[in-house]
Amino acid sequence: MKFLLYILMVFNFKVYDTPYDAGGSLTINWEWPEQVRGKKTDSVVIYRSESYEGKFERIKALRTILNVYKDNGLKNNKEYFYKIKIFYQDTVFESEKIISAIPKVQYFHFGRLNIMIGIFLFVGFIIFFVTRAKKGISLFLRKIPGLDAVEEAVGRSTEMGRPILYIPGLSTISDVATIASLNILSQVVKKAAEYETPIIVPNRNPVVYTIAREVVKESYTTIGRPDLFDPDSVFYVTDSQFGYASAVCGIMVRDKPATNFFLGMFWAESLILAETGATTGAIQIAGTDAVTQLPFFITACDYTLIGEELYAASAYLSREPILVSTIRAQDAMKAIIWVVIALGGILGIFGKAWILNFLFGGG
Amino acid sequence: MLQKQIPMFICFIMGFLLFFQFYIPTSWSQSFYEMMLKWILGISSFAITLAIVSLVRHHWRKIKRKENIVYSATTIVSLFAMSLIGLIGGIERGTLFDKIFNSVQIPLQATMFAILAFYMASAAYRAFRARNLEATLLLLSAFVVMIGLIPFGDMIHRSVPVFAQWILDVPNLAAKRGIAIGVGLGIVATSLKIILGIERNWLGR
Repeated sequence: MKFLLYILMVFNFKVYDTPYDAGGSLTINWEWPEQVRGKKTDSVVIYRSESYEGKFERIKALRTILNVYKDNGLKNNKEYFYKIKIFYQDTVFESEKIISAIPKVQYFHFGRLNIMIGIFLFVGFIIFFVTRAKKGISLFLRKIPGLDAVEEAVGRSTEMGRPILYIPGLSTISDVATIASLNILSQVVKKAAEYETPIIVPNRNPVVYTIAREVVKESYTTIGRPDLFDPDSVFYVTDSQFGYASAVCGIMVRDKPATNFFLGMFWAESLILAETGATTGAIQIAGTDAVTQLPFFITACDYTLIGEELYAASAYLSREPILVSTIRAQDAMKAIIWVVIALGGILGIFGKAWILNFLFGGG
Repeated sequence: MLQKQIPMFICFIMGFLLFFQFYIPTSWSQSFYEMMLKWILGISSFAITLAIVSLVRHHWRKIKRKENIVYSATTIVSLFAMSLIGLIGGIERGTLFDKIFNSVQIPLQATMFAILAFYMASAAYRAFRARNLEATLLLLSAFVVMIGLIPFGDMIHRSVPVFAQWILDVPNLAAKRGIAIGVGLGIVATSLKIILGIERNWLGR
């Protein structure tokens, strides 16, 4: 026969409305009693009642090292009472206090207020610089060699009588790098159309394929050469990552495009594509925001757009003042981030962590 | 005109709604988000049909033009054969479809992935030639990191792995964070430009 030693004791235990949720949930958080701290308990049993003196029902028995439990499926604006028992070997620790809380609906996620302020600030900068651009105030844009080379690369393809290969990355359309790549595709197609140079756009993602096809078609129409659009030039290959890489390598080796563009999101296939392109002697322009793939592109390609340059490319190539002004807004925002980082660092040194809590504390 | 205005209007409304959805944690806001995810799945299904038509048409034209017939014929035959095998025999574990997938598709993918090692070697050779100061620094830091990450580094001196880790954690991470801040702003800027209708290149205009 097993005897349990029953200890009724105080251990810190709190119940609160789960923050920033749709309601109907309370979070229970406890501190381990000193006797079991750092040890593996047998179970933590949570009891709930709808009144202080009512019958407590066992709602959950946890075998956990975590000290938090979220009780879901509750009625909003109704008070719930909790107590906890912790079972450890032959001992049971029961919380002396009964704690209550009321689940409520939150209508605004205050933990994300920092992001909202940042975005509104950014929108403010965009509006300011767009207004300036509309007034005709010119903005300086530093030279990006990779984008200056686009004209040269298209010209080279024309001179050699070979096509241009454009890879819009391997990711889905939800990836902003893919959208940025499709924006650049439009500019590249317009330049290729001026020289009547064919362009090949193999795709990995079905949604990206349909959009890329429309972008190419519309770009030819915009430049006034819809007759140059070859429906076979934009096509779907496969969803398989390495299947796609091998198919594109095959195109590079067989069709020998004079210019390869690798713009968008890439993973492990980046080097396979870039190295194969390098062996065919093509001029290669790459750009990605995948930090881990950048060294491969820098090594194997002639020009590489690093991170944000990919997002600035469309504005840089089009030279439209309104688009260029958004790059200026990015720079202004970067200056603010720089100031906040410096300020956060200084305040952090002096133990004033509120700025860090505000900036990074939210969910 | 409408061809341009309607997509921009849909984009603005959806961007605006989903922006505010992010800050509203109520149940109807969550339901709206889930509904949007279902719409993405629905649209993707239509896109797959278009993509398969494109694949077949692309290779069929190549066959008709007698251009690399072997590759195009293999693609079309494989596509239809696998679809038929899957439809007739199912795709569960142990079926013919599963066996072909595991013994043909997976080894082929693994082979492509394995080739990466050789490409890395050739790329490393090109990158690590000490042509100038930057390339020399790259060569030295790469050498220290490589030595530091293998047991041999610890055998040379206890501080070699520590120094290698410092290179990864301090100068390397600082550069990565700098790029990450720029990328983050670029993502927000691109999204805002599209939602506000400033960027229209995605419409081919």
